[in-house]
Amino acid sequence: MSELTTLTLKAALDGLAARTFSSAELTQAHVDAVEAARALNAYVLETPEKALAMAKASDDRRARGEAGRLDGAPLGIKDLFCTEGVRSTAGSKILGNFQPPYESTVTANLWRDGAVMLGKLNMDEFAMGSSNETSAFGPVVNPWRTKGGNAQLTPGGSSGGSAAAVAAELCLGATATDTGGSIRQPAAFTGTVGIKPTYGRCSRWGVVAFASSLDQAGPIARTVEDAALLLTCMAGHDPKDSTSLPVETPDFAAFVGKSVKGLRIGVPKEYRVDGMPAEIDAIWEQGIAWLKDAGCEIVEVSLPHTKYALPAYYIVAPAEASSNLARYDGMRYGLRVEGGNLTETYEGTRAAGFGAEVKRRILIGTYVLSAGYYDAYYLKALKVRRRIADDFDRAWEKCDALLTPTAPSAAFSLGDRSDDPVAMYLNDIFTVTVNLAGLPGISVPAGTDATGLPLGLQLIGKALDEGTVFALAGAVEKAANFRAKPAKWW
Amino acid sequence: MAIDAATVRKVARLARIAEAEEKLEPLARELSGILDWIEQLNEVDTEGVEPMTTAVHATLPMREDVVTDGPNPEAILANAPKTKDHFFIVPKVVE
Repeated sequence: MSELTTLTLKAALDGLAARTFSSAELTQAHVDAVEAARALNAYVLETPEKALAMAKASDDRRARGEAGRLDGAPLGIKDLFCTEGVRSTAGSKILGNFQPPYESTVTANLWRDGAVMLGKLNMDEFAMGSSNETSAFGPVVNPWRTKGGNAQLTPGGSSGGSAAAVAAELCLGATATDTGGSIRQPAAFTGTVGIKPTYGRCSRWGVVAFASSLDQAGPIARTVEDAALLLTCMAGHDPKDSTSLPVETPDFAAFVGKSVKGLRIGVPKEYRVDGMPAEIDAIWEQGIAWLKDAGCEIVEVSLPHTKYALPAYYIVAPAEASSNLARYDGMRYGLRVEGGNLTETYEGTRAAGFGAEVKRRILIGTYVLSAGYYDAYYLKALKVRRRIADDFDRAWEKCDALLTPTAPSAAFSLGDRSDDPVAMYLNDIFTVTVNLAGLPGISVPAGTDATGLPLGLQLIGKALDEGTVFALAGAVEKAANFRAKPAKWW
Repeated sequence: MAIDAATVRKVARLARIAEAEEKLEPLARELSGILDWIEQLNEVDTEGVEPMTTAVHATLPMREDVVTDGPNPEAILANAPKTKDHFFIVPKVVE
């Protein structure tokens, strides 16, 4: 029953509730699809036996009338989330065969609501990358190709496995994480929906840490409603994460389809960057027209410090990463390379275990935090971060949400930008400001470029105002009526 | 260039990452390229600006100072590269 994999999460849940099919059937169809799609390298670990056991348990629960909100729905889990007894690597060699003795809060919430785990999804090492090429397991291949072309494209990163798996119908939805754009940019590159909620909505407990003041979990799904259903289950206060917000989680799906009439939409003029492809500009104009048609008022706003967001990010994130990744010392878990003494063991372990981009960021982070440079770099970046957050606060005086492109280009070829770190970093130019300010941002597929590749639009909301973001994303989704799918070549 | 090979050697040492001598020069060039790009932050006037250390305004919650976990030595040691009798085995720390 391969057509079961083409369902949206919502349609699948409805089908399960109506007993049109069982979770066992739905899950088996996905297990088969995953197996047949290994050329995409989206999964770094398939867990079919666990999936089928969870599906069976779900069917039993449903028979007893105890089905949860996601009961029986097969999902993929980014390998940054610790899953009890199931290898969790963060895309790195340094974690070796690490099998967490605990479950991350976000995944525990999904299992509480009845979801089924298909396996662990590929990603850039420690979520550091925008093309999935820094993964120790090799890059994920985007299921999308240019019309008539056969070049292998990046699915974006760092949640490239999550985005590719959702786009290629290898799961009904996936968990992902976003530190500078790692949910939204891959969603844009694969024609999927991805939301990074307000910082603190989702617990970071059990999510391998990259940059703790920026990291936030969220879903990637095929529709806005599916993303809302998943986020409603993933989010929630968790006493085990002191930055998790003690607020109620609304039913986000209830906002999808709500009227957006009268909402004021800000269009930040600083996002019109030099050298931006005309097609990105055109899709942005199209988005503005759609929201106008839906009754929104469009206002031009200024976010004057936008161009400083990426440089500030490349101090703050590596600084936090250098501190967070100090734990990989080869003593308690993961890889150990024995040296002549303790220091040599540390140095050899970390040299062999970390990839080039992770080392680069640890070195930058160590440098900017080192004696004599802390004020000039780190403190300066934290002050610029405040300026960026203040920009948004001023914009909120004039508008309720912002509309921008998600990424400055469509998906590019694997290998295209891997030699130039700064060129790679520029992928996140439209997404990173949101992480620095802690705001919610969603990417919605809006159309395709001339070569047939998907393009995304981003909606940014006020802190804890995901409801408005979902309502607007729903309006864009409806107007765009994006129906394109990647032609199956794998 | 913001940093030279000697600085990379020092920083790599601080970060406990072994870097081969012949890689220090290329790394210095790469890191300098990134740091030069970061230098544009100096254009921003941050006089009197309070550094932003957290993305949301929230006071850190307090909890009772009680044990909430353990003892579970098997789970703690399950992933260790080397163990013996409920201990991690590590290289000699004090000579």
